[in-house]
Order: sequence, then C-alpha cells, then structure tokens
Amino acid sequence: MKNKIVSYLALLVLIGLLLGAAGCRASLRMATTTSLYDTGLWGYLEPMFEKKYNVALDILSLGSGAAFEYGQRGDVDVLTIHDKPNEEKFVADGYGIQRVPFAYNYFLIVGPATDPAGIKGLSPEDAFKKLMTTGKGTFVSRGDNSGTQSKEKAIWQAAGFDYEVVRKAGAWYIESGQGMGQTLQMASQKLAYTLTDMGTYLSYKSKSKLELVPVVDKGDILLNVYSVIAVNPQKVTTAKNLDMANNLISFLTSPEIQKLIGNYGVKEYGLQLFVPCAGAEPK
Amino acid sequence: MSEIWQGLVKAIELIVTLDPEVMGIAGRSLAISVTATLFAGVICLPLGSLIHFNRFIGKRTLINLIQTFYSIPTVVVGLFVFLLFSRAGPLGGLNLLFTPTVMIIGQAMLITPVLLGLTISALSGVDKAIPETARSLGASDFQAVVVVLREARFAVIAAILLAFGRAISEVGLALMVGGNIRGFTRVFTTAISLETSKGDIELAIALGIILILIALIINIVLNRLQQR
Repeated sequence: MKNKIVSYLALLVLIGLLLGAAGCRASLRMATTTSLYDTGLWGYLEPMFEKKYNVALDILSLGSGAAFEYGQRGDVDVLTIHDKPNEEKFVADGYGIQRVPFAYNYFLIVGPATDPAGIKGLSPEDAFKKLMTTGKGTFVSRGDNSGTQSKEKAIWQAAGFDYEVVRKAGAWYIESGQGMGQTLQMASQKLAYTLTDMGTYLSYKSKSKLELVPVVDKGDILLNVYSVIAVNPQKVTTAKNLDMANNLISFLTSPEIQKLIGNYGVKEYGLQLFVPCAGAEPK
Repeated sequence: MSEIWQGLVKAIELIVTLDPEVMGIAGRSLAISVTATLFAGVICLPLGSLIHFNRFIGKRTLINLIQTFYSIPTVVVGLFVFLLFSRAGPLGGLNLLFTPTVMIIGQAMLITPVLLGLTISALSGVDKAIPETARSLGASDFQAVVVVLREARFAVIAAILLAFGRAISEVGLALMVGGNIRGFTRVFTTAISLETSKGDIELAIALGIILILIALIINIVLNRLQQR
C-alpha cells in the first residue's frame, strides 16, 4: 500500500515536471478582453488558429487595463481589446505596432424592468445626467479600468460630469471591481443599472437568471470596436513573437474568419453578437 | 437551491463520462499542488527539525515570524512571484510566467510558512523524554531526531494535509501567475472562477464538488496510511 502511494506520488510529480517542460513549447501569448472570452468566441476560434499555424495559443482573459499592462511588460505578444483612446495611446507610445479593428457591436445600458430612474429610451448622455441628478437608481460600474469602464467614463464626460465627482456622488454609485459577468450579476441582485457590451449580456442572460432588460441601446457613443494590436518588440524588447502575432492579425481579418465571427452566436442567441469589420474603423 | 442540485447532477455526469476537459483540469490541479507540497515538504521537514533541535538567539522571534506568514494573502505571494518572473522582472529570462512550473514555485512559497511552523509545533509536541531515552540507549543525534520525527508523524501528516489543502484551494496566485490558460494552466479554482463569470453556474458547482471529492479521497488514503 505504501509503495503504491509512493509510486502514485512519483507519477504525479513526473506529470508536474512534464507540464513544466511543456513551458518551452511553441506558443503565442495573447491578452484578450473578457467579453471576447466569456462569450465563447475565443474558445471557438482558438483551435482553428492553433491548427492552421501549428502553435499553442495561450489566452489570458483580462480587463483591457490589465491587458495593456501585460503588453508593456512584454508578458504577452498580442492584444485583442476594446478601448480606442487607450489603444491609440498604446500605439502612439510605441508599445503597439498598429491598431487593427476586426469587429464591433454596441454597448447598452441595462437595468431593472421597473426603471426606477425613468431613463428608458433616452440618449446615453441624458440617461447618465438623469441618474446623477435624480439619484433614483443604483448604478454598478466595473471600476476595473476595463474597456467597458473606459466607455462609461467617456459617457460621463459627454454628459458633462467629471468622473471623479461621479465616483463620490453617493451610495447609488457602486464599483464592483470585477468582470462583466459578475458585474451583471451584481446589478441584477441589487436591481441596479449597468453599462455592458451586447455579447456578454446576451450570453450571460441566456445561461443565468438576470433580472435586467435593455434600457438604453441607441446612441453613437455606444459603439464598441474590438481591435487587435501586436506588441512592438523594438520598444518592448522582451516580446519576441512578432511573426506569430502578425499571423493572428491576418487570421482575424481573413474573409473566412470574419464570416465566422459575424455568424458566431446567431443561432444560440437569435442576434448577431459581433459585426465583422476587417481592418477598417466602422463608419 | 435548484442550481446547486443541478450542479450535483452535472458533477456526477462529468465524472461518469470522464469528461476530458474536467479530467485534464483535475490531473493538472493535483499534479501542480502535490508537486508544490512535496517541494515545500523537502525544504520544511529538515529545516523545521533544524530549528526545533537547535538553540539559538532569536529562535522565538523566528518562530513568531514564521507564524505571522501563515496568514499571508495568496494574492500577495502571487504579485511577488508575478513581478519576479515577468519578462520585465529579474527572472524574466527564464520565460516561466504563465506556466505550471511557476504555479508550483508560487504554491510552494505560499505553503512553506504553514508547513514549517506546524512541523516545529509537531516536534514540540513530542515528549522530551523520548529523545533522551533514545540517546541513553545509544542512539546517535541523527537517530534521536528520526525517533522524534516518527513520534510526531501524525501531526506532521496533518500539517502536510493542511498545506496541500491551502495549495489546491487557493485561486489568487494561480490566476495571477498561471493566467488560467485553457489546457495548460487552468486548474480547479481558476476554472470555477471563470465559469462563474461566464454564467455557467452548474459547471462551476460541479467543479467545486469534484474538488471536494478529490480532497476526500486523499484524506482517506492518508488516514489509511497513518493507521499502518
């Protein structure tokens, strides 16, 4: 019995070491925004990319803020994110080579069907103004420097408020500090409003009981563009997988994969989650 | 409540069908945490004995310090290991960040204080007369230490179990330094956290139940071993 256990342990250690040795395999490291991962899009595309280029695609699902940080440190070779102002800064600062948009959809404000603040159908800017002035609804913010929060800040600014003032405006403004899924769940539990991307909302709503309905879903500011950026090895000397990162960019913008992105989730959710836009900014 | 029930059903389904994804996660979790525990054990058992059997200035303070680190948050160890092994960090050249290897290193670091401290406590619990008797019967210093270790084996195994439990159940470190990469560094805790954020509550519950079942099996096996 004792010998058996010892040999099992030895086997496990061996597996552990093998797993460690596997660290030397050919791989491309990508940081992605959670919405592309939690909707299952990357789980769907990953095997195709791995097969086509015979490489392991290591995907880290993070908020866009963390993705930029990992990129600057050279811990990832390529990013797929949705935070245009910060993406442009990332490229302008020399960390990224080029910002290549590949798909888009829209953000929307969701909230309880009772709509306590009465913001249904307003423009996003007016909805935020009303939330701030009436104080009648609770709002859950991501509070994690994600692309979604970056968009939220942009809407507050467009509505004429300083974000730092909004943060301290009162108990109605909550920062979850978590991913989109958990934030939706929190908003549902607290009967609150939140800003979400369409993909995560639809996929989460279909799997779990969310007491949230779309409240505001029209306005130019709600456009949500996903882009892919290769980390620049000339600036980030520790990044060393530019060729494979470029392969990922060609892969994502190829007509064949663009078509798959456009069709992804349509059957399951009855709505298009992502609109392909290979390489070009949507209007 | 229905969600928990569905989770249980799903857990049984995943186990019976030997779902490859789940089995991969289970094997990986076990391999990483067992290896980490063994590494920590190889360091802590001799080091703990050394501290216990020697008198030196500052011994009490050292033990206090070790015990303080029992409660070090996993994310703090995670951050430290992340900065150490990040490509921009001092050990970045090893290219180990986001691999199982670095998770083993991190978990071993995390559980070292617990294992070290509890080893010292276990040895302190042994009757002082035992090593003296052994010595009077002609045992060498080393043999006397072995006698004490054997006497303390129950408490030492309990310490190892606790350390293993801390290693396999933590999520902060595994997420920060492992990165939760599917099929490579995804373990039970990070998978549960991900499935919850994706809204697959049933799968998350099922994974949690399987983790508890594995812990149960390990405990039964070790208890059997102790009784021999």
